[in-house]
Amino acid sequence: MQKIIKSIIVLLFIFVLLVFYNSLYRETNYSTDYLVGNKLAKINLKSFDDNKIYTSEDFKKNRYTLINFWASWCAPCRVEHPYLMQLSNEKNLKILGVNFKDKKINASKFLNELGNPYYYMAKDTKGKQSVNFGIYGIPESILINNETTVLKKFIGPLNEQNLNDIKEIINSL
Amino acid sequence: MLSNTGNFLLFINIFLSSLIIYNSYKCLKTKNNIIFKNIYQISLVQSTLVLICFFTLIAAFIVSDFSLITVYQNSHSLKPLFYKISGTWGNHEGSLLLWVIILTIFSFLFLITNKNHSKHYRLYTLIIQNFLILGFLFFIILNSNPFSYINPVPKEGLGLNPILQDPALAIHPPLLYIGFVGSSIYFSAAMASMISNYSGRFFAQSIKSWVLISWIFQTLGILVGSIWAYYELGWGGFWFWDPVENASLLPWFAMTALLHSLLVLEKRNTLYFWTIILCLLTFTLSVTGTFLVRSGILNSVHTFANDPSRGIYILIFLSLMIFASIYFLFSKYRPTNDLINSNSKETFVLINNWFMMFYLITVLLGTLYPIFTDAISNNKISVGPPFYNSVIIPVVIAFLFFMAIGPQAKWIRNKFSNLKSILLILSGAILINFTIVYFFKSYSLISNLILISSLFLIMSSIFDIFKKSRLSLPRIISHLSFGFLILFIGLNHNFSIEKDFNLKLGEAKKIDEYEFALLDLNLSQENNYKAVVGKLQVNDSNTMKSRILYPEIRIYDNPQTLTYEASIQTSFLGDHYLTMSNIDRSEYYNIKFQHKPLMIWIWISVILLSFGGFLSLFKNAKNN
Repeated sequence: MQKIIKSIIVLLFIFVLLVFYNSLYRETNYSTDYLVGNKLAKINLKSFDDNKIYTSEDFKKNRYTLINFWASWCAPCRVEHPYLMQLSNEKNLKILGVNFKDKKINASKFLNELGNPYYYMAKDTKGKQSVNFGIYGIPESILINNETTVLKKFIGPLNEQNLNDIKEIINSL
Repeated sequence: MLSNTGNFLLFINIFLSSLIIYNSYKCLKTKNNIIFKNIYQISLVQSTLVLICFFTLIAAFIVSDFSLITVYQNSHSLKPLFYKISGTWGNHEGSLLLWVIILTIFSFLFLITNKNHSKHYRLYTLIIQNFLILGFLFFIILNSNPFSYINPVPKEGLGLNPILQDPALAIHPPLLYIGFVGSSIYFSAAMASMISNYSGRFFAQSIKSWVLISWIFQTLGILVGSIWAYYELGWGGFWFWDPVENASLLPWFAMTALLHSLLVLEKRNTLYFWTIILCLLTFTLSVTGTFLVRSGILNSVHTFANDPSRGIYILIFLSLMIFASIYFLFSKYRPTNDLINSNSKETFVLINNWFMMFYLITVLLGTLYPIFTDAISNNKISVGPPFYNSVIIPVVIAFLFFMAIGPQAKWIRNKFSNLKSILLILSGAILINFTIVYFFKSYSLISNLILISSLFLIMSSIFDIFKKSRLSLPRIISHLSFGFLILFIGLNHNFSIEKDFNLKLGEAKKIDEYEFALLDLNLSQENNYKAVVGKLQVNDSNTMKSRILYPEIRIYDNPQTLTYEASIQTSFLGDHYLTMSNIDRSEYYNIKFQHKPLMIWIWISVILLSFGGFLSLFKNAKNN
């Protein structure tokens, strides 16, 4: 009897620890994976510099557009910046930078210091527009085609692997 | 420079811990009952160096040395000095260093204050504690090094999360850490006790002070966290059954149970293995809490970054701890013939333990259940206050009754000779409750029972003071203040008033007995933030009192964040609590006003509760 109780206790602990282990790799936030393959909802973004409004039409003329959400106060944005600079040289790709809850002066300073990879620059001072893109933190990036269909979504800073993935997609045709 | 110093000290500490383990092992083999002098010396050097290591990190925060990633990510040159310093432990890496400090200093103090206990027991405690220290030092160096270097050195830091820039939160982590990291020492002692067969009342005496110290600090840490949540989070509540709050409450339940079972072990030399289990459980729950919070499984203000690699490390550590505990427990466990009379003080202490285990399991289930359903069935659910309130509150009523009667019982065999006075006190409690209902307002049946049972406990404890024969002041103060705590929470819950409405500048609004007017809005520039300060007049037609409250909307620059600061006017009778938030594209502000009666007495009760613990500690030190 004692042996059975002991075994149950040990098994219970193993079970709890395995669940903990499994939980480590689960997305604790809500998932926005469903966006991939779908068309983006209506785009309505204010330009960073003037009063122009960017809509879906602006991006339909590009073969591919990478929408990058960033801010000067965001440390991981600094980390991914060199990759964006590299991507800005790709001829099939235009990058739209959405400056998220930021001050214009700080954002400009950030770009002067690290370089400007953005073909289009928009701002989302209050962070409300970004919610429509399924963004819940920055940096995040969304790769769309000329029909504004989401091909891939990147949560967190872009890395070497992401860079190669993007290059592979945009140069596949 | 600071980075190198810090790293050097961390490595030295690894060396010293290994040296202590080696020397202790060598000392175990000697025949006499004397511990080598050099073990004391190395332990002292270890504690000193770990403190210097921490001061090095504080220095880096003070001088804003952004070459350290931790400083860069959690500080800013414009931050006030006080928050630069508190930023040291307001992040994952720095707080781990605080862990190591407490592990080390407790290890040293345990060694020097238990000289009249068995050599083997003390040395095994030291060895196990140093294994824990080594585990955390490796974690720091391999995964969470606060002295990691960043190149090129950034000109400016990213700042500390503004809601963490608060005096209460500056002291909350150290208090709580002394509480739950402090429990490591009786985890080690419990293991050592099993290995060296040093059991019974001597074991109880050797750990009692340490359990009391950790319990006092855990209580105060939870209190300060609650006070912070009350005035900073802007909801007007002080306990939200948030998984992170629960994580701090779980070890507290285990510690409280342990404190009581130690009494039995000390007096009657029984319940040894149960006490051992509680010792092991307390620290295991502390590490489990740390795992849940730091790994990012639970999202909260305490989740510094979502990094599974940290989680893995703590999980491995936790698994080792659990399986080592189980191994020793199973191999050393001998069924004992604990003859306990069903009507005796021992039984009442056991009843306390059952209640504590009930609360512990309830809160543990509520906290872990969502993680389990998500992992097993992909089903996201959340367990909130309704679950805890409906399971815990009715049980508190019975708990309070036992808590009042238990201390009256005698050891070994009890005979209730004072049934008359118990009934008298109970009638008094019922009478006071219905007087409140008659003169103020009626409330639910459960609320009536809660108030009656808490009044019963309070009155019983007060009567105890006059029984000079068995005066135990620490116990009376703790039980009395717990009764007050529940009473004030109950009254606060029943008599709170909340009004939620929108108001624009210059407008006035009358809601029930209150009239509100937004008289003015001012913009003020502070050192590290801008603030929109509202001036609100609140007239109470019942009391004919008028008061002005100044809620703030703060705009922090580094990092850019908006926070809402409640304006609170505290008096002995109650708090007036008001928050103001802006509404997008509108000239209106959302105003939330609350009147929370007897709020300050809730805090005072908890302070008194820990004061009871402190008195007990003092008494224990004097007796030994």
